[in-house]
Amino acid sequence: MDGKGVTLVGLWVPVVASAAQEEPFGLNMHYGVTAAAHQVYQLHMLVFWVCAVIGAGVFAVMSWSLLRHRRSRGAQAARFAGNTRLEIVWTVIPALILIAIAVPATSVLLAINALPTPDLTVDVHGSQWRWHYSYTGHELAFFSNLDSASREASRLGATRFPSDVSYYLRDVDNPLVLPVGKHVRLRLTSDDVIHSWWVPALGFKRDALPGYVNEADIVIERPGLYRGQCAELCGAGHGFMPIVVQAVSAEEFQSWLAQRKQAQAAERSAAAAPWSMAVAMAEGKKVFDSICAACHQADGKGIPGAFPPLDGSAVVNGPLQAHLRFVIHGSPRNPVMRPFGKELDDRQLAALLTYERNGWSNHTGDLVTPQQVEAAR
Amino acid sequence: MSEATIIPIKGRNKAVRGWRRWLFTTDHKEIGTLYLLFSLSMFFAGGILAMLIRAELFQPGLQLMQPLFYNSLVTMHGLTMIFLAIMPALVGLANWQIPLMIGAPDMALPRVNNWSFWLLPFAALLLWSGFLMPQGAPNAGWTFYAPLSTTYGPPSIDFMIFAIHIMGISSVMGAINIIVTILNLRAPGMKLIDMPLFVWTWLITAFLLVLAMPVLAGVATMALFDRHFGTSFFAAAGGGDPLLFQHIFWFFGHPEVYIMILPAFGVISEIIPTFSRKPLFGRTSMIYAVSAIAFMSVIVWAHHMFAVGLPVTAQLFFMYTTMLIAVPTGIKVFNWTATLWRGSLTFEAPMLWALSFIFLFTVGGLSGLMLADVPADYQYHDTYFVVAHIHYVLVTGSLFGIIAAVYYWLPKWTGHRYNERLAQWHFWLSAISVNLTFFPMHFAGLAGMPRRIPDYALQFADFNAISSIGGIAFGLSQLLFLWLIIQTLRGGEPAGARPWEGAHGLEWTLPSPLPHHTFTTPPSAETVHAEGPHAHG
Amino acid sequence: MANGRYFVAPPSPWPVVTALGLALLLAGFGLLLHGGSLVPSILGAIVLLLAVQRWFAAVIRENQAGLYDAQVNRSFRLGMAWFIFSEVMLFGALFGALFYVRELAVPWLGGEGAKGAAHLLWPHFVNHWPLLEMPRSSDFDVPNAAMGPVGIPAINTAVLLSSALTVTLAHWGLKRKARRALAGWLLVTILLGVTFVVLQLHEYAHAYRELGLTLHSGIYGSTFYLLTGFHGLHVSLGVIMLSVILGRALKGHFTPTEHFGFEAVSWYWHFVDVIWLGLYLFVYWW
Repeated sequence: MDGKGVTLVGLWVPVVASAAQEEPFGLNMHYGVTAAAHQVYQLHMLVFWVCAVIGAGVFAVMSWSLLRHRRSRGAQAARFAGNTRLEIVWTVIPALILIAIAVPATSVLLAINALPTPDLTVDVHGSQWRWHYSYTGHELAFFSNLDSASREASRLGATRFPSDVSYYLRDVDNPLVLPVGKHVRLRLTSDDVIHSWWVPALGFKRDALPGYVNEADIVIERPGLYRGQCAELCGAGHGFMPIVVQAVSAEEFQSWLAQRKQAQAAERSAAAAPWSMAVAMAEGKKVFDSICAACHQADGKGIPGAFPPLDGSAVVNGPLQAHLRFVIHGSPRNPVMRPFGKELDDRQLAALLTYERNGWSNHTGDLVTPQQVEAAR
Repeated sequence: MSEATIIPIKGRNKAVRGWRRWLFTTDHKEIGTLYLLFSLSMFFAGGILAMLIRAELFQPGLQLMQPLFYNSLVTMHGLTMIFLAIMPALVGLANWQIPLMIGAPDMALPRVNNWSFWLLPFAALLLWSGFLMPQGAPNAGWTFYAPLSTTYGPPSIDFMIFAIHIMGISSVMGAINIIVTILNLRAPGMKLIDMPLFVWTWLITAFLLVLAMPVLAGVATMALFDRHFGTSFFAAAGGGDPLLFQHIFWFFGHPEVYIMILPAFGVISEIIPTFSRKPLFGRTSMIYAVSAIAFMSVIVWAHHMFAVGLPVTAQLFFMYTTMLIAVPTGIKVFNWTATLWRGSLTFEAPMLWALSFIFLFTVGGLSGLMLADVPADYQYHDTYFVVAHIHYVLVTGSLFGIIAAVYYWLPKWTGHRYNERLAQWHFWLSAISVNLTFFPMHFAGLAGMPRRIPDYALQFADFNAISSIGGIAFGLSQLLFLWLIIQTLRGGEPAGARPWEGAHGLEWTLPSPLPHHTFTTPPSAETVHAEGPHAHG
Repeated sequence: MANGRYFVAPPSPWPVVTALGLALLLAGFGLLLHGGSLVPSILGAIVLLLAVQRWFAAVIRENQAGLYDAQVNRSFRLGMAWFIFSEVMLFGALFGALFYVRELAVPWLGGEGAKGAAHLLWPHFVNHWPLLEMPRSSDFDVPNAAMGPVGIPAINTAVLLSSALTVTLAHWGLKRKARRALAGWLLVTILLGVTFVVLQLHEYAHAYRELGLTLHSGIYGSTFYLLTGFHGLHVSLGVIMLSVILGRALKGHFTPTEHFGFEAVSWYWHFVDVIWLGLYLFVYWW
């Protein structure tokens, strides 16, 4: 652990700093791991120093006045009220400085916004409150959620301390894995409100707009884990939708891709396994943790005043048909509870409902079948 | 006094007394007082929201509130401070000072003036009623971006939209009144170019208000229609665009920023010469600079939207225009500095606030220049760096300008000198705590902390703890201000007509406290000339 | 320039009551949107109308009593001119929205222009205007035809243009002290205004019933109804103002030199007229 960041925290949080990990404490912008990020950093430093020098100059002149031209030191007020030459100078010089800033900014801007032919394209969907990544042409797609330890520690009245959680609020269950040295095209969009995809080390943030697509090109220079989070206010869970990019070598990426596809195929063949309570509960928990826990929480208790609990809920413990309708078609009143029938298949929904109806303290004993879901659609 | 001058007096002498006096008043001084007291109360109301925000952010984890309530706090803090604290305070100053500074008997349209004020408390009620509603107060940010505020917004958003409409009517009517007063009621012999800088900046501000507020009303109405009447202005599925909201909103929003700062520029331009005992340097270029800033403020709006994925040509255009605004802004700061140069300076409270305004507004202006740099803004945007920037220009800019103005003119309004010792305490406590609050936010933003989050990763903990301590200290320091105002209202050393011996302007030719009616006969051309811009020379 | 005679209105209860009425009206409307009762908004409307009426009555009384001089008149003129400018900006925002969706957003959704990548999400959507197919038509009322420039809109253009002429004829009558010409032409102007509103309502009914063009018809229906609807509201308000002016004209309130009330309303009427030309050009023709 990098100690600096938590020394002060340690004073306020009555917890002995544990082995939890966090990102290094920083005062300045990330230098980043892409050429674009480096250029942005250099622009930032350029304009920072320009500002610092101008500020220092103005403050020096002002301070000199404040110290030397006080009445208490016997200063007599001069009478001048203008000086055309001086005024021209302090109009023209700032204009020239601005041009000096604008020229490199223009070239960096054009470079960052260029979209060369990509080696890999990933579609990024923001939704309340998780990211979804889909590798086009590879039939691989998954949700990326806040990790459960952070979720647990970030609740009001949590007994677990944030300082005990590794990468608190900056860790996910499934990171976005990308190869280094390749042109990766991100195509960003959103399923509900505006989100913004931001990993400081990659040098940019870009909004994910519902109904529109923003594109970005990145070439990561070296392997590593790069963390960020949603940057546009998107509702109650805005502070809780982190982004983790895991950059690996091209070879590792290929083997990871093969592995993930294999795992996906295995899941699919498991799907052929006979439907039983145990299978449904296990699959249902997976679906719940990646889709539902963001609002209703892993323990099914929800968040009072914002998200209703499922543990002991009248809907979940009530008639199956009403429960099915609610999940498939969404809430008629609250758009945050959206129609999940569009993004989940019959089997996933059957597993999810089984899990909800038999998880926590709910004991309806119902084993929901994919056929029942299909009928209810 | 000619016979005809009896007319206004006659109407006035039947002035109603008691509580109805304040409800029915058409007197610019009373309305100015109403505006200032209302804005003071809203400043504390918005301040309490800020204290709650800082308390929650004191350390990582959620200790006090659910995330959605935090979002409501952020939203309501912004709306309250902008529309119910800063703007009414500036209009209050305009009401008190503009007729006095141009030698007018009152505002040009006194009943409209009363209306402009009394709309505001009703708007405040509508806005704050959200806290009592089922899903809580508005929580989509003060910018209420669609579709978070439309499809996903709580019922209270409708009441916020109506509050915005009412506040918009209030602002437009107030602005029209100010424009008409300045153009039509100046004392004989006062040319436009000779008007005090405070009057000049308000003239331009009022123009921006009439230009910008109806646009806000338009976008708020579209949001209302999207929410309830099936339109799809901001929904792609029907051919609309969520960015349309942002374009229209910021077409209002950027002039709005200058609406809040230009009158403060005017205040500073009055105070610095007084306590430097020297005429304002480059007076004409100041006026041109303010006009240039106002003009440019309507062609820079999309610099609030560099991360939304605008076409590259648009990004370039808005980067260049935004950078260009730095030139007239720089001219203003240089002029103030040159005014100080070889003056005979003293440091009474108004001067201290004005000086800290120049220092700290410059910090905010320079971070603004950094934000104009589009590629760098890809990193700064929507982080605490922006939060630091806006608070340096709005708190240490607008608010410090307002406080400076209150100390400067309070003796004139009440007839009493304020307690200078206490005022110096107020200044130093505020100046230190405000920097403690907002300076660390630059670092938090650069280190990667997004704005509007109720909880944050551990590496941001130190910055936030410092900001929270500073924020609470700044809030508590303002209780001193309240006490000082009450004290000065109740009594104190008589101020005399001209409490600042370096001050020039028509308002100082009148006795303190001011009689109920002023300039029932206009000041003579000689007085106007003697108190005019060349008075120091 | 101030001359010491400037009339400063005495304290008045009507502004604050006007504010109360407006707040009540809007708060009531808000409640109505969420299933509340109609009573508060009706009450608000009544309070608002009464207060405005009393307020204007006071102004007219003062005017008739000769309390206003040329400088006060100038304040009113400037005030009205700047008020109209604020209205121009309101319509500016609405027209701006129309230009933005037509020139940028809809082409992007159809795959054209700098942000045409949006087409990935709406592969079947084709950029065309007026929109008869939305990116996700299934969620909307799909109109079977767009609103054309011929027929009622063309007639309405003629109606409004001639009303601009008649209001000017009334003004000339006023200047010639020909009170009958003044009242007659004002009446014609009012009737033309009423005709416009009636035809516009008829057109809306036609659009809703036969064309299937509703507020819920995507961005075309949204912009069409918002722009024409706001304009229609302004025409209705103008008709009310003209009626008040007609009443005052019949009472002989105006003289050939002093008739700001008339002028203010006629400025407003011309403004409404110009906005219509913009609408006809950009909403119906373009």
